[in-house]
Amino acid sequence: MSGNRWRTNGFAWLLLLPSLVILVMFTFYPIFLTLRLSLYQADLAVPEPIFTGLDNFRRLAADEVFWKVMSNNIWFALGTVPAGIALALLMAVSANKALRGKWLLRTAFFYPTLIPMIAVANIWLFIYTPEYGLFSRLLHAAGLSDLNWLGSPGLVQWAMIIMIIWKEAGYFMIFYLAGLQNIPKDLYEAAQMDGVGRVTVFRKITFPLLMPTTLFVSIVALTNAFKLVDHLMIMTRGGPNNASNLLLYYIYETAFSFWDQGMASALTVVMIGLLLLFAAFQFFGLDKRIHYN
Amino acid sequence: MTLKWGTKIGNWMMLLMAAVWLVPLVWMSVTAFRPRKAALSGFWSLDFTLGNFSTVWSAAPFAVYYLNTLLIVVCVFAVQMLSSTMAAYAFARVPFAGSGIMFLLFLIQIMIPADVLIFPNYNILKDLSLLDTKLGIMLPYLASAFGIFLLRQMFKTIPFELEEAALMEGCSKWQVLWKVYFPLSRPTYVAFALVSISYQWNNFLWPLIVTNSVENRPLTVGLSIFAQSFEVGVQWTEVSAATLLVITPLLAIFLLFQRQFIDSFIHSGIK
Repeated sequence: MSGNRWRTNGFAWLLLLPSLVILVMFTFYPIFLTLRLSLYQADLAVPEPIFTGLDNFRRLAADEVFWKVMSNNIWFALGTVPAGIALALLMAVSANKALRGKWLLRTAFFYPTLIPMIAVANIWLFIYTPEYGLFSRLLHAAGLSDLNWLGSPGLVQWAMIIMIIWKEAGYFMIFYLAGLQNIPKDLYEAAQMDGVGRVTVFRKITFPLLMPTTLFVSIVALTNAFKLVDHLMIMTRGGPNNASNLLLYYIYETAFSFWDQGMASALTVVMIGLLLLFAAFQFFGLDKRIHYN
Repeated sequence: MTLKWGTKIGNWMMLLMAAVWLVPLVWMSVTAFRPRKAALSGFWSLDFTLGNFSTVWSAAPFAVYYLNTLLIVVCVFAVQMLSSTMAAYAFARVPFAGSGIMFLLFLIQIMIPADVLIFPNYNILKDLSLLDTKLGIMLPYLASAFGIFLLRQMFKTIPFELEEAALMEGCSKWQVLWKVYFPLSRPTYVAFALVSISYQWNNFLWPLIVTNSVENRPLTVGLSIFAQSFEVGVQWTEVSAATLLVITPLLAIFLLFQRQFIDSFIHSGIK
């Protein structure tokens, strides 16, 4: 009996082994490395890392660019998450029961998700280009003057937010489409028999029953707001004057342009902390307050 | 009557919104086929050319980039399929000591994606002397916690009686895995493949950091280097053509399998 148990355990661990090796090498070990290196001064000024305790974090707290990047990222999240989710819900409800053009709706909304961020950045760089870009031409046609979308600190975040909503809403639509399939049809039939209006049906049935999907989507959207940076490489490099800089791009710059490894590690620790916070929020916070049925 | 009208107007408004969503793609595609002067001067003329594509193809080694991306996408998915199937089966159907803790540990990979750990992972790759190799690009992605959870969910819905029957006929557990669970989970593998392939096809930051030679660069990195080699705003027709070259394969696959694609997403319970 006990020999059998050993064999079962051994079998299971052998099955896990390939995944586990990769997971340890590229998730756990790097997290450990980051935590350790964040306590060292490790930049081009020192030949070997020097232990400095929490010094990097103190420097971060005093770093204006860091706070600028954090506040950018929060505004970026506030701009993309609620609007993206609202649009996704609208898309899903209509793509679910469109009278005609269902195929067109789904395709049109979903295709931006499939395109690499780097290609999206090229397309939208062109759209935002002064003089030749699509927006400029529309403004000209309307007799208005040109806007330098990517060149002015006040506009660049809006430009990014619009682009990201365009790219992401269709992705979230898919989750809502799945959520809509799971709502029992007889609820709608009963509401129809009782002559309940469409707005009320949405408010009292559809929206509350989609709450778990909304929670899930909002966590994904929030995580993405801190994770999507490919476009910055092509479009603004964080500029002008850090107006479009975001946390992950700042990590990239600190690590690979300034080669300040201690600081890059401290920033990565902040990032990991944020992501774990979002995850905890999903698992322990909101999850309990939602009624699934 | 009023209800019907409301529905109709709503439907037309959504079609309008869909049209707006298509504008960037349409505009980019049109620009890619236009001579430079016509593209920059105005909307209305019938000048079209294939010249941009030949310029692009000869100006940068896109053939190499294509091959690299294909190789990376195929290899990563093949290995992920193997490693995730094995781990998913262990979590779904083998009662082993420590499975709860291991499951939690795997969850962490979903919460903290590889993109965030670019800097420490770069150091690890440097220690392994794998910088600027295709293996280095692939290595962090060879296990997929996402795939494991997806498949575990699917495996749990397969009746245990099927496994028992196969065991009675003398199959080993390993054979049960590949002869019962693997073939019965095809829709889930389709969804998994779509997610994995589009992720690797589009991945940019990690390969950008890892590679510095043409032989190892994937399409995304190649495209960004190509696009940035021009002065801003001057060569839009070429950049459009190059962008179209990069996105067409995925878009073509999506359009061909649109229905299965979205249905498999919806029914795979990707959450």
